[in-house]
Amino acid sequence: MKALLELSNVGMKFDTPKGTFEALKDVNLKIDSGEFVSLIGHSGCGKSTVLNIVAGLLQATDGGVILDKHEVTEPGPERAVVFQNHSLLPWLTSFENVELAVKQVFKKTKSKAEIRDWVEHNLELVHMAHAMHKKPDEISGGMKQRVGIARALAMQPQVLLMDEPFGALDALTRAHLQDSLMEIHAQLGTTVIMITHDVDEAVLLSDRIVMMTNGPSATIGEILEVKLPRPRDRLALADDPTFVRCRQQVLQFLYEKQRKVEPLPKRESPKAEADRKRA
Amino acid sequence: MVTLTFPTWMEPYRALATGKMSGEQWQALLRQLIWPVMGMAIFLLLWQLAAQRIDTSLGQFPGPVDVWEQAGSLIDEHQASRAKEAAFHERQEKYIASRLQQQPEWEPVYREYTGAPTFFDQIGTSLITVMSGFLLASMIAIPLGIVIGLSSTAHAAMNPLIQLFKPVSPLAWLPLVTMVVSAVYVTDDPLVAKSFLTSMFTVSLCCLWPTLMNTSVGVTSVSQDLTNVSRVLRLNALSHVRKIVLPSALPMMFTGLRLSLGIAWMVLIAAEMLAQNPGLGKFVWDEFQNGSSQSLGRIMVAVIVIGLIGFLLDRLMLMLQRALVWDKSSVQR
Repeated sequence: MKALLELSNVGMKFDTPKGTFEALKDVNLKIDSGEFVSLIGHSGCGKSTVLNIVAGLLQATDGGVILDKHEVTEPGPERAVVFQNHSLLPWLTSFENVELAVKQVFKKTKSKAEIRDWVEHNLELVHMAHAMHKKPDEISGGMKQRVGIARALAMQPQVLLMDEPFGALDALTRAHLQDSLMEIHAQLGTTVIMITHDVDEAVLLSDRIVMMTNGPSATIGEILEVKLPRPRDRLALADDPTFVRCRQQVLQFLYEKQRKVEPLPKRESPKAEADRKRA
Repeated sequence: MVTLTFPTWMEPYRALATGKMSGEQWQALLRQLIWPVMGMAIFLLLWQLAAQRIDTSLGQFPGPVDVWEQAGSLIDEHQASRAKEAAFHERQEKYIASRLQQQPEWEPVYREYTGAPTFFDQIGTSLITVMSGFLLASMIAIPLGIVIGLSSTAHAAMNPLIQLFKPVSPLAWLPLVTMVVSAVYVTDDPLVAKSFLTSMFTVSLCCLWPTLMNTSVGVTSVSQDLTNVSRVLRLNALSHVRKIVLPSALPMMFTGLRLSLGIAWMVLIAAEMLAQNPGLGKFVWDEFQNGSSQSLGRIMVAVIVIGLIGFLLDRLMLMLQRALVWDKSSVQR
């Protein structure tokens, strides 16, 4: 089977006053339809850059991204993004936020009633039907993120891109949302790329975990396949040998192979840090 | 039993009436009523004391009592003028009716009453002028602000001009505006008076800037995340402005509009005074030229009324802002 999404030799260079800074180099990745892939790595390693390139919000300076035989050149609803801080329009209710997306994507193919039903359906999917007509200010952080997910799902994307979607949430809310996300993934079979910092989250949710090396010139270090049967249950998995081994491997990658020392109190520039490493 | 609910601000008074005041309610009563009244009383006292010590060529400087009397006489004059006007129209009606009886083929000629405008007429003129000038300025400043906020090219092109014209005093614009209006607005049957146009354009020129600047800053500071949402949804330029940019910039835009209206009101009084255009400014100038023993008192009434109207205009904008803006936290006092 041919991959749905293919990143080939993706590289990213930024021009800075101190010269060119190479953030990413030679990122190669193939993702199959229906797969759930996590990107994990230390902060500043370019995970978000990879995701933004797939989203089309950034243009890679080398290589390219192909989704379903088409090269990605600009953002679009077939690559819906769930942003870290929900990014709901604060002046619209949850319903209106999702409706804005649905109207934009389906205005030619769906009738008014169908649009309304589809908005409601997607809010029900994330268990937000009860707060449909509340504005973002009136609901909790977890609920906002649910609405953000509903908005992305309602676009019926070929790939769902999630940029640390649960990063700003407390542990309990995060667990709830992870369960919801697994449920939705099982139900819809959406292809998902998710950035995360959280090792447990990555192992619990993913089919594959893509581990990235530290920048500059960050690239994919290792890819770990998580061979756990679905549906997965967080309690049962806690001492499942496969789960524990996967978790171990990711932790080893992050804290032994790609150990990152953050100098305190002053942060060094990426270049100075690289020089120090070489020495 | 019927339970009456009071608005929160009335709670202290209800408690006072029933004789049950808590410490907090005392605090609230002090803050809402007692301190403001005390402040006012001290001000009036100082005013009275100072006024007694100032002798001008037009007599003693008016104290609060004189001003109060003058306010009363201005109201009386207004009523007298209205009565005269009514009497004039009645006489005219009678005359026309009787003449038509004798000469049925006669075409009646109706004349307008031509008495001098009273203090209240001048207030009306000023209000109409300030609102027209403010609306015109807003109609220019909001679209232009959006363009400048969206395009860094437009910003680079316009910014020097804005910085140059923003600090210009209304008094500097006035002669130019007067001459231009006189030269361009030539008509036998004018819809509005030239003086009205002069005042209005001067007001517009001076109160344009806060709305322009605040709108453009509001538009520039639309969050990157929301812009990304717009890009992922592939909103076209018009929808992007309507659905994302305008609502985002609305709080800032209103801050600008409130500042603009405040400036408009200040500029108008100065413009009317200098150009002898009808309105409160002219009232002040006329009284000054008139130089009777009551003039200073009457000017003081105008000063207080100008302040009061400025305050009410600001409250009006605040109410509008509260009603229209989604971000309630952006609405300051």
